[in-house]
Amino acid sequence: MQELSLNILDIAQNSVRANASLIGIKVEADTAAERLIITITDNGCGMSAETVAGVMDPFYTTRKTRKVGLGISFFRLAAQQTGGDLTVESELGKGTRVTAWFTLGHIDLAPVGDLEGTVTSLVQCNPDIDFVYTLCVDGQTFEMDTRDMRAILGEVSLAEPQVALFIREYLTENTQEMIPPEFHGGIIPK
Amino acid sequence: MKSLAELAAIRDKMRQTVATRDDKASVRVVVGMATCGIAAGARPVLNAFTEDVARRALENVMVTQTGCIGICQYEPVVEVYEEGKEKVTYVKMDPAKVARVVSEHLVGGTPVAEYTVGTISK
Repeated sequence: MQELSLNILDIAQNSVRANASLIGIKVEADTAAERLIITITDNGCGMSAETVAGVMDPFYTTRKTRKVGLGISFFRLAAQQTGGDLTVESELGKGTRVTAWFTLGHIDLAPVGDLEGTVTSLVQCNPDIDFVYTLCVDGQTFEMDTRDMRAILGEVSLAEPQVALFIREYLTENTQEMIPPEFHGGIIPK
Repeated sequence: MKSLAELAAIRDKMRQTVATRDDKASVRVVVGMATCGIAAGARPVLNAFTEDVARRALENVMVTQTGCIGICQYEPVVEVYEEGKEKVTYVKMDPAKVARVVSEHLVGGTPVAEYTVGTISK
């Protein structure tokens, strides 16, 4: 994965498959403390303690189509290479929380990348699931909740291309000035 | 700066579209978005389709996702489903190829043969 936002997209797909009706994506940065925390929460089917223990293993998957499950391993590696790590907390019938933390400014930090693209793709492709996206940088917070959009849209689907295009532009305009240079990764582009 | 209030205008426009949509054959553009697809660049492909379809106001086209369909080496994979026609599978897609698929296939009705899985395996 070239960007952490792609890891987020990938991990959130697990929440979709867990039949979640509400998925939370939170990106929190404290530039002074050089800390970046990414949390993906869902109210899906959850996992047993045994399954949770297995998900860190790249050769573990519940899928029958192939023998590897690399999503969590990729995301964990991205965190560990900056001195951070990743935890998975889950309860059967309640849901799952994946938390990854990173050192901002670390030479091996991958770019955070296109968060708007990730959130838009998730909303557009899963119009029956609600998403709450929170970006919090040095105390400034932006939040998007698809339930607010649904209230306006009525019977018009979040999957409509015109709606998706609006969401992407809405997110970009409202968050681009919050993105600190540290989000561009370990090597800041000139 | 954009605000959620603008969604009301989009809703009103879409309501008219949805009312006329029943008369037309529907088209589904499905992008593979499992770990393999995402790592290969599926998200920019999905976004490019969405943007092109929205800007051209193609009323009968929906863009959505699927999981891994088992040909990870050909990702990003895009399948186009049209009512009454055979499924077309595009492989190794990128945003630059999307514009041609939209204009020649979704608008013009003729699949772009050179991007399809049939051409690659020959």
